[in-house]
Amino acid sequence: MIGVGRGSKQLLNVVDRPLGKGKNEVSLSAFAFLFSELVQYSQTRVENIAELERRLEDAGVGVGLRILELLCHREKANRRETRLLGILSFVHSTVWRCLFGKVADSLEKGTEHEDEYMISERELLVNRFISVPKDMGAFNCGAFVAGIVKGILDGAGFPARVSAHFVSVEGQARPRTTILIKFAEEVLQREARLG
Amino acid sequence: MPPNSRPGDAVFANVERVNAELFTLTYGAIVRQLLTDFEEVDEVNKQLDTMGYNIGIRLIDDFLAKANITRCSDFRETAETIVKVGFKMFLGVTGTVTNWNAEGTECSLILDDNPLVDFVELPETCQGLYYCNMLCGVIRGALEMVSMRTEVKFVKDVLRGDEAFEIRLKLLEQVPEEYPYKDDD
Repeated sequence: MIGVGRGSKQLLNVVDRPLGKGKNEVSLSAFAFLFSELVQYSQTRVENIAELERRLEDAGVGVGLRILELLCHREKANRRETRLLGILSFVHSTVWRCLFGKVADSLEKGTEHEDEYMISERELLVNRFISVPKDMGAFNCGAFVAGIVKGILDGAGFPARVSAHFVSVEGQARPRTTILIKFAEEVLQREARLG
Repeated sequence: MPPNSRPGDAVFANVERVNAELFTLTYGAIVRQLLTDFEEVDEVNKQLDTMGYNIGIRLIDDFLAKANITRCSDFRETAETIVKVGFKMFLGVTGTVTNWNAEGTECSLILDDNPLVDFVELPETCQGLYYCNMLCGVIRGALEMVSMRTEVKFVKDVLRGDEAFEIRLKLLEQVPEEYPYKDDD
């Protein structure tokens, strides 16, 4: 409903307002503080590591869905990706460049399973200021980024299970992070049908 | 031009930056999680303030380390520094300070722009929500670490239909620093 007597910003419905160019920036420390508060808050609401990862992932899914809509409209003039490689390359380049300022380090197809793909990053932006205590084992705050990818893939019609893992690399002190994407059966069948 | 607006820009140019949309959407994810966890909107407001406080007590160190400012001589300068240097350095936006009371202990901080509320609309069920309440907590926490106890709250909120974001900042007391040791030990 168009508001009468409100300020000029409120005359437009939120979906009628201009989107902006997406060039605005905030400081990295502001984001780091916010993310750390998200993790700390989630820790108070869960009992174990798996639930904590799940919470972070759920938070990421919401972000992913919205970033998909935003980028599809702004960067791709509303063209939809229908092929697997198309959506993967969209995530690997366009999404990564928008969110993290650079394309992801690598995109690989899994060798053991047909339905697995991996996006790797030497150091995830969200993990820059995070250190995981030893008693939390393999917990990775990259679960938030895995959630973002999951939200994008689900929103685009490519349902998948996405998770984040640390992979140690020789000659590097900090392990690199791999986002593992396992597509659902129907995605592969559709892809095979499309030829 | 106010004397402090240049230092804010210079500091912002020197810190590492990320896309504001990632920040906006992450903040939105946090608010969404709080709304599902808590039944009452007032509880969510309080929780946002607490989370902001936790951020503020650590943010002040980052601010003092990077902002290159001298000690503020009075509360007026403190308020000016918050809007001109603080907001610019972390959020990339500036603001103005207005509406001082007679004693100089209360003022309004008006934000020109607010990266937290891009793409946001408050639904009917959440009309009591102060969406950006975390900002109030951050200011309160940061000032407490530099010996000022304050009360910070939103009085005008664009998401609720007002024309601007206005935060009322009230100095309650200056708490002198306590030393953790006694001189005669």
